[in-house]
Amino acid sequence: MGKLRALWAYRGFIYGSVRREFQSKYRNSLLGSAWTVINPLAMIIVYTVIFSQVMQAKLPGIDNGFGYSIYLCAGSLTWGLFAEIVGRGQNIFLDNANLLKKINFPRISLPIIAVLNSGVNFVIIFTLFITFLLLGGFWPGWVVLGVIPVLIVQLIFAIGLGMTLGVLNVFFRDVGQFFGIFMQFWFWLTPIVYPINILPEPIRHLISFNPMASVVQSYQGIFVSGQWPDWNLLVYPLTLGLVLCLIGYRLFSRHSGELVDEL
Amino acid sequence: MGNISVGNLGKAYKQYPTRWSRLREWITPGRAKFHNLKWILSEISFAVKPGEALGIIGINGAGKSTLLKLITGTAQPTTGHVHMTGRVAAMLELGMGFHPDFTGRQNVFMAGQLLGMTSDEIFHLMPQIESFAEIGEYIDMPVRVYSSGMQVRLAFSVATAVRPDILIVDEALSVGDAYFQHKSFDRIRQFRKLGTTLLIVSHDKQAIQSLCDRAILLSGGHLAMEGQPEAVMDYYNAMLADRQNQQVTQVVQEDGRVQTVSGTGEVTIDAVRLLNDRGQSIEVVSVGQSVSLNIKVVCKENIESLVIGYMIKDRVGQAIYGTNTYHLQKILNNLSQGHAITVDFDFPANLGPGTYSVAVALHADRTHVSKNFEWRDHALVFNVINMDKDEFVGTAWLPTTVRFAT
Repeated sequence: MGKLRALWAYRGFIYGSVRREFQSKYRNSLLGSAWTVINPLAMIIVYTVIFSQVMQAKLPGIDNGFGYSIYLCAGSLTWGLFAEIVGRGQNIFLDNANLLKKINFPRISLPIIAVLNSGVNFVIIFTLFITFLLLGGFWPGWVVLGVIPVLIVQLIFAIGLGMTLGVLNVFFRDVGQFFGIFMQFWFWLTPIVYPINILPEPIRHLISFNPMASVVQSYQGIFVSGQWPDWNLLVYPLTLGLVLCLIGYRLFSRHSGELVDEL
Repeated sequence: MGNISVGNLGKAYKQYPTRWSRLREWITPGRAKFHNLKWILSEISFAVKPGEALGIIGINGAGKSTLLKLITGTAQPTTGHVHMTGRVAAMLELGMGFHPDFTGRQNVFMAGQLLGMTSDEIFHLMPQIESFAEIGEYIDMPVRVYSSGMQVRLAFSVATAVRPDILIVDEALSVGDAYFQHKSFDRIRQFRKLGTTLLIVSHDKQAIQSLCDRAILLSGGHLAMEGQPEAVMDYYNAMLADRQNQQVTQVVQEDGRVQTVSGTGEVTIDAVRLLNDRGQSIEVVSVGQSVSLNIKVVCKENIESLVIGYMIKDRVGQAIYGTNTYHLQKILNNLSQGHAITVDFDFPANLGPGTYSVAVALHADRTHVSKNFEWRDHALVFNVINMDKDEFVGTAWLPTTVRFAT
């Protein structure tokens, strides 16, 4: 309770930091926050051109030419949010070492700032995506609301993983190095760029152990074919996410004293 | 409000023999230990009452910064506890958290928020912060174009915008220019009058002695001494001298002052007297009177060189004047055992009314730090009274005449 009150007292700091980080990223650039949009847009165009046009990949059952682009966006934008939270999470204490060593403030506000910052970027891109769906006539209807619970599951998983890695990375710097590589494999082991049914059956079975696979597939279902997510599939990432949150919190509270000594 | 109590405080860092040891410790079930503790601070206990000012002194690496970190709560103690009441403002490193790309004004908001203020409060304090920092139009320029002095000015202004119940100051203040140092010390003094408890770390004797009621000396992570700032500072001074074969003793004198005597003892002070122009020993001196400081020393061993020095200190221990035979180009060389020397320093006592003490030092070179035979604080105390001069204030007498341009 005391922790929550301290956090509430620092809401100004949290809000200010989120705003400042967003501003500082583009402060000295001419195009400013346009870069937030240009970056993912460039990636989507590259994948769309290569996979959809050059390789003539068509999603089974979807005929329009934008079907693949929507499929790709649904997966890669949400994966982007996941990757950003985990990436920031694992470096959160190292990046703020100076602040942690010199000033006494509620440390838990750092992960909150990181999540909020990733959230801001995501909202911008996602709004663009939604606009595109509306204008292009690909609006899937009320089923879009299904995104909210999926997003919550994904956030819990990402925060839990990020926190755990963040604490571990202070004591074992290998964790950060390793996870940079691991995330690349993880991206390609998740059906984002390709549809899962192009994989042979035994591998498809293995992919189901990937908690992000069911999350990403839920988004793709919503946006590409207008289906509500299969809630049963989300139980696995949700459980894993909660367990990771618990581990992360335990690690943090047990080692937060030692953490500053190690920075 | 404004209490600080520190009990049995200790801090140890974990040291692992190899990089893999920590992993082994984490994954081994049970409470197996694969590390050694390196103690930085141990058994530190003291209390500071509301409105009191405590100075913390010690050589580099004595544990001062660690102590402040534990007190402010940025690091967690291994043993013991720290209790504080009231609003705490700590200035461990001024300018911390300033973002170079944002303007001073934006950074003020950020720093204020980091200290737990709301945007509204900062908004109201802004004019006051701006005027105290005196950085003019720079307030709306990015902090990266600031000089380090300007950053310190702004950071100090933010940190002290609201009077805290407890103010913790690290050496950071010495960064500013003389003008701003005066200004910031004035603000600290003003806070003290209003009841702020002060905790200050400094190597600056003047700062400690003029601001603090009490001082503690840290040495090797232990509380080596606690007492009046002057006595602690003298002890620290003696400790700074070559630490080999050196003895430091402190004696409480009749008037309650603490006399510190230190040194290796090859040469010792036999007698110190203040004489008038007729050679009589005196304790009361009139302003401007010609006096001689008469010092007798005895060599206990053969020594290569000897420098004799003295320093006059005022009531609060601030140095008024000091010199030695090195600076006066009268070094004695090759003295044999048993040799007795008497030296007279003749000077006019151009001092203001008040009580003064004289410290006498015997060393081999220009300062007492390299080879200190004996350093004796409060070797002599004398009073200065104004008998025949026009009234004036201060510790120095500067004979002044006045004329008007017509």
